[in-house]
Amino acid sequence: MSTKTFGSGSREIPANKASKWYPTADIPQPKKARKTQHPTKLRESLVPGTILIILAGRFRGKRVVYLKPLDGGVLLVTGPFKLNGVPLRRVNARYVIATSTKIDLPELDLDKFDDKYFTADVKESSEEDQFFDAAKAAKEKKQLPENRTADQSEVDKALVSVIKQTPQLTSYLKSTFSLSKGDRPHLMKW
Amino acid sequence: MSQSEVVSSQWPQVETGRVVLINSGKDEGKLAAVVQIIDHKRILVDSPHVERQAVSLSHVSLTSQVVTKLPRAARSGVVNKYWTEAGVDDQTASATWAKKRVSREKKRQLTDFERFKVMVLKKQRRFEVRKAVAKARKS
Repeated sequence: MSTKTFGSGSREIPANKASKWYPTADIPQPKKARKTQHPTKLRESLVPGTILIILAGRFRGKRVVYLKPLDGGVLLVTGPFKLNGVPLRRVNARYVIATSTKIDLPELDLDKFDDKYFTADVKESSEEDQFFDAAKAAKEKKQLPENRTADQSEVDKALVSVIKQTPQLTSYLKSTFSLSKGDRPHLMKW
Repeated sequence: MSQSEVVSSQWPQVETGRVVLINSGKDEGKLAAVVQIIDHKRILVDSPHVERQAVSLSHVSLTSQVVTKLPRAARSGVVNKYWTEAGVDDQTASATWAKKRVSREKKRQLTDFERFKVMVLKKQRRFEVRKAVAKARKS
């Protein structure tokens, strides 16, 4: 508000004048989000170095070593590949059982293993090309990037030397988990 | 008609001094002696391990032990005296059912890795036994 004087009188002038027109239809206003996204909080039992049991997917029943958390409740695990064939892999924390067995993780540089590391590079191609390439691609075997095998063997080597120190742990990791008659998973200790 | 002999039953009976195992509630797994029978469903129990209380018979198991000569409706002090005199706890420690109970509890507390180790040991034992059996059968 500002006041303007003229002659003997004065007049108040609003700082923001009201619009001379208004829309004929109501424009819906989007609701303000009052929720904030928090970083995922993992279970207390999930500590890097814990032996996990994978419950779903291609490697269900396998016992694996938990290496580090990734974004969004996803865990980086490995068998190690040398012992039970589970490669460096991302698994959802909901689909694992954390056992009370832990190993001391060796000094490893795990920084390069992020979500991007595991996603394949997709070449942009037109739909038409895709259609004709599909038949060709089916014949060709998918090649794993070479750095993957090197990274895997590096991690495996460090892990296996630690695992070997605990007797029977190697054969434990090689074995798979399954429920048998009379097992009550909700009452079992892990 | 030939004369038949009347023999009393061999199974444990609900009687004064009968040692019972409490199977549910706060005192689960503890032993107590029957002090008095309240009705056909409930008994009054007391021992050094539990508070004097009325429990339903459906919540206890009868053991084969009896605190002999325990007076009916004896108070806690008297019960404790008779309990130690009868040496109930010593007898229980060597009883098969008590040992089984301990081992069952221990088995329940095993972790996944320990269960795996047990499985391996059992396999080894089975192998040795079968080897010995096969050898004995051959000769």
